[in-house]
Amino acid sequence: MTHVSLQELTKVYPGSTEPSLDKLSLEIASGELTALLGPSGCGKTTTMKMIAGLLKPTDGDVVFDGRSILQEKPEDRGVVMVFQNYLLFPYMSVAANIGFGLKMRKVNKAEIDQRVNDMLDLVKLPDLGSRRPSELSGGQQQRVALARALIVQPKVLLLDEPLSNLDAHLRFEMRDLIRNLQQDMGITTIFVTHDQEEAVVLADKVALILDGRLKQYDVSSAFYSRPIDKATALFFGGQNFIAGEVSNGVFASSFGQFQLSEQTDNGAGTLTIRPENIRIDTAGGATNTISNKVVATIVEKIYMGTQTRLQCQVGDTVLQVIANPNDVLEHTVGNDISLILPAQALWVLRS
Amino acid sequence: MERNGSLLGSSFRFLTGTVLIVWLVLPLVPLAIWSFAKGWFYPSLLPKVWSLRAWEYTFSETSGVLDSLWLTIGISLAATALSVLVGVPAGRALGMYEFKGKSFVELLILAPMIVPGIAVVLGIHSIFISMGLTNTVQGVILVHLIPTIPYMVLVMAGIFANYDPAYELQARSLGASPLKTFWYVTLPAIMPGIIVGALFSFLVSWSQYILTLLIGGGRVVTLPLLLFNFATSGRNDITGAIGIIYILPGIVILLLTAKHLSGRSGAVGGFGQI
Repeated sequence: MTHVSLQELTKVYPGSTEPSLDKLSLEIASGELTALLGPSGCGKTTTMKMIAGLLKPTDGDVVFDGRSILQEKPEDRGVVMVFQNYLLFPYMSVAANIGFGLKMRKVNKAEIDQRVNDMLDLVKLPDLGSRRPSELSGGQQQRVALARALIVQPKVLLLDEPLSNLDAHLRFEMRDLIRNLQQDMGITTIFVTHDQEEAVVLADKVALILDGRLKQYDVSSAFYSRPIDKATALFFGGQNFIAGEVSNGVFASSFGQFQLSEQTDNGAGTLTIRPENIRIDTAGGATNTISNKVVATIVEKIYMGTQTRLQCQVGDTVLQVIANPNDVLEHTVGNDISLILPAQALWVLRS
Repeated sequence: MERNGSLLGSSFRFLTGTVLIVWLVLPLVPLAIWSFAKGWFYPSLLPKVWSLRAWEYTFSETSGVLDSLWLTIGISLAATALSVLVGVPAGRALGMYEFKGKSFVELLILAPMIVPGIAVVLGIHSIFISMGLTNTVQGVILVHLIPTIPYMVLVMAGIFANYDPAYELQARSLGASPLKTFWYVTLPAIMPGIIVGALFSFLVSWSQYILTLLIGGGRVVTLPLLLFNFATSGRNDITGAIGIIYILPGIVILLLTAKHLSGRSGAVGGFGQI
């Protein structure tokens, strides 16, 4: 169990004036599974390499349980990194790959064999120990890579895009495997990904990094309900942004007023609501006793299988709505539709 | 149509193969016959009298062939070992990294393959005299490095151009020291290149004549020098016997490396793949 603390970690690559990573500070609790999320080139892999000791930070510190590890060599840090393309040693058997870390630690052969077999069972690949990595499927290779990392019982496990190379049906299987093993062994785990879904599905907490800077560090649901700014909301698929002003718990926009559920300071701001949180008012009709109701015109309707996406024009604003296909069977382009923006789903962004 | 095409293709391959074998093997046949002949003169198709005299002489103490054989093997092995020591790091630098003056270094390494050896060796000769390296085995080994290192570096640059250094980071992260990383991860990955490059270097050193003659000053008598002596003195039977011994390593090495020379191996890519 290791508490990881990144303190103003900064990396400026030679020949570059802009830092690839700018003063990243994170506190990661023991045994927690944290995602570093960001588009490619945002500095998240750089961060992992600096924790693993494969790259020297320009400034800042990496602290495990109150002790800086920057002076320690990669092989002494107790950090194991699993790369995105697995990097199984091709000329070694699966068993030799998994046992590699123990062999480097001079564990005797009988114990290595025993622990490799246990590990193969744990990642559900029994009887594959004598195969070559090239004879395995991508999913199996990843499980071998995971087993090879976990067998040395690292203080900190680093995973590079652990789910992104996998087919959809393998993703949840691998997600459960990583999650279960990590929880059972209590290993503090950090993984990087560019895919917000991967981050949300796997992690306890998510750190969103944009342009080398930490934007928001919170539990995953917060990125959907309480994004810190527009860029964060956009990264998580937010699409509705309405300019206006808050006064006494009511948001006034150019096309209507909306009751807010949370205490919000007065002043200018941007109202946001997720497309899937806008409800269709099936009662319809002209009576308008419910607050936060808007009548809009459907300008586009896209059927997407499990959901239907509507674009609804109200004033000069187009609201993006994701609805259950059955709820909008009758609604066609050009029709008016009555939408409810529930107070508890509204969130005001400040610039 | 397709059947015809492949039939044509396979018969063409067969023809090429036959021509190549005839071309390569046929000139060696008289060599073998000579080594067992006691006089063989025009117009007889085969020698009238067969004899083992040439072979007896070749393996006798007085001929010096065996001494020369061991000396040649020793020189070629030493030159090969030194080429590996220089070629692996140089190949890594050229294959994996970008640095200032890289193309100049490439040219410098390739130069001995372009510039005639005799031109180079005349300059080196005077330097070696001042260093006391002429007429010594060490001097000959050193001068053999001029033609062997380019082969070694070229082969290793090809290997390293297709080598993923992330494997080394992975090994470090799993607890391997730099030395163990090299031993368990880097070395197995580049071994095919080292084998091919080393065998090439061995053959190149093995076949040196001019460099050995000038730097060795006639005191370091390697097999090609000895062979030339007998060839010019008209002893065709002994020349045949030594010639057979001389070409053996080449054939063995060709058979050993055939697998690596198939064209799919990174070992023969050279700078083309950088």
